[in-house]
Amino acid sequence: MTFPPGVSERDFAAALDEFRAAVGAEWVFTSEEDVALYRDAYSPYWGEPEERVASAAVAPVTVEEVQAVVRAANARRIPLYPISTGRNLAYGGSAPVHSGSVVLDLKRMNRVIEVNERNAYALVEPGVSYFDLYNHIEERGLDLWIDPPDPGWGSVIGNALDGGGGWTAYPFRDHFGAHCGMEVVLADGEIVRTGMGAVPNAKTWQQNKWGYGPWVDGLFRQGNMGVVTKMGFWLMPRPEAYIAGTAEVFNDRDIIPLMDTLNLLENRHVVNGSTQLAGAAAFGQRDAPAWTLTVPIYGPEKVIRAQLEYAREKFAAIEGCRFVAQEPIRTPLSAQDRARVRLVNFGTPNLSTFASLGRSQMQPNPPGGHIGFSPIIARTGEELLEFRDFYRIGLAEISGGDDLGVRGPVFMNNWERSLVALIMFPISKDAKSNRRMRVAFERWVAAAGERGWAEYRAPAVFQDIVSDTYSYKNHALRRLHERIKDAVDPNGILAAGRYGVWPKHLRKEA
Amino acid sequence: MKSRHRVFAVFSAAALLGGLLAELGSPAQVASAQGTPDSERGRAIYEYWCAPCHAAGPGHPGTQSLQIKYNGSLPAVLLERTDLTAEVVKVFVRQGVLSMAPFRKTEITDAALGDLATYVAEN
Repeated sequence: MTFPPGVSERDFAAALDEFRAAVGAEWVFTSEEDVALYRDAYSPYWGEPEERVASAAVAPVTVEEVQAVVRAANARRIPLYPISTGRNLAYGGSAPVHSGSVVLDLKRMNRVIEVNERNAYALVEPGVSYFDLYNHIEERGLDLWIDPPDPGWGSVIGNALDGGGGWTAYPFRDHFGAHCGMEVVLADGEIVRTGMGAVPNAKTWQQNKWGYGPWVDGLFRQGNMGVVTKMGFWLMPRPEAYIAGTAEVFNDRDIIPLMDTLNLLENRHVVNGSTQLAGAAAFGQRDAPAWTLTVPIYGPEKVIRAQLEYAREKFAAIEGCRFVAQEPIRTPLSAQDRARVRLVNFGTPNLSTFASLGRSQMQPNPPGGHIGFSPIIARTGEELLEFRDFYRIGLAEISGGDDLGVRGPVFMNNWERSLVALIMFPISKDAKSNRRMRVAFERWVAAAGERGWAEYRAPAVFQDIVSDTYSYKNHALRRLHERIKDAVDPNGILAAGRYGVWPKHLRKEA
Repeated sequence: MKSRHRVFAVFSAAALLGGLLAELGSPAQVASAQGTPDSERGRAIYEYWCAPCHAAGPGHPGTQSLQIKYNGSLPAVLLERTDLTAEVVKVFVRQGVLSMAPFRKTEITDAALGDLATYVAEN
């Protein structure tokens, strides 16, 4: 059995008893078999001594139970690691960042508290998955869409708090950005509601993000300052239609005006969908486009037809650019459309993304897991070309000349104004192979960091080294996070180490 | 190993996603009575947790993956299998395989797993 480091066996046993009293013995997991279910199936340290593992798990079903558990843990300095649905695969899954933590499993808190159609928002608990929220809306025939990420079984709250994104229209696909109001249990058990939620009887908790005074919601994004037990999200009224056009350029450097045109169209809110950018599949092939950019637009059909026409005019200014417009797709989707579209672009959660990890003709013996290296890069053609060159050189040099099966880069625009360049590293249950991936991953992080490219999100075991790249003025930002952490969680019991923020007693002094 | 081959085997009726899924609440909310496993409750668990990956047709990565694995020697769709036992289903749910991470007891309780395994074994 793993014990929380620095906690006596007696204190641990007493805390587990208090947890049982709070949530019922059935919902405190201590056997090796049960605790093993919290291992990160995609851990880059699988089966090695450094693998991050839990000591136990406790699963409250109400906010009052969360408070009781947190108070008991705080009194005995038991490290807790909150998870929501525990499906944050590739970013640590349901395992803690700090080995020996007790996982605070919030999956049982699965109530959709409210979906308001007139004002287009939802208020949910952490155990609510995208499937659950979708089903809730469908069952009631509400004319609203959710914005699902790739896998639909993840938590709406957990994905937003980890910095995840989805695939419908802006601003909804920025999941944290689309939230409005939180309820948080602090390390001493106190409940805080943010924004308008701080006003007793307020009717606008999910209608105004900012409330009054300093805004604190950001402390809980990729953070460890509290346990989020409720969160509101703005939803998109079902768009009547979707239309997309594809712009192709045939000179490599035409990516520069292509990106400038896209930026203009997005910043003028003409294009609101999640654009897809592809480099030449067979570079140098005659008549093959050097870059292909698909621009989707959501809205009323007659409006988006005009928007697409405007986009066509703008792309036409690039010499030699070919623009192909698709026919609009109306919603709700017909059965035929449903079978041919990528469902996440239409607000429908699913698990088809796992096809890339399963067996295929190309990959008869897949590694099983993966992790993503995903730096934020500027939205200019010059930067894209620089990143592509960096990737090509990196594949040979950073990976030590080995073919590690690294795939990428995919340029993602889930967020406004910047891009994320995603590179995937295969992770398996083979320690030797995983070791090579880790070495390469660390080199990529360092090499990208030198060029000013740092990640938007990171696997649990690499959260420290990525945090190291945000080092302006001797890590002033991290030191500020640490000062806040020490103030609101003085015993350092909540999610120690998450995103590089460690409590005082576990901090490596710089 | 023997169990591995037998694992995905006893499903018959093809499960359909979409409409069915929409009718179901979270299986965590589906009460599983103590005692006898119940195949009908198991169906709800299956539709919620398994069908999104293992149903028939495109867009189901579990089915896609098993198609490559068995190459026609066994059906790729779990509910078309006749060789799966309840015990083997339980092992796979709790152990996971490849990209399918194990399911925790807060997702599928032991009682719900009994129902699920019975449904899979009987259908």
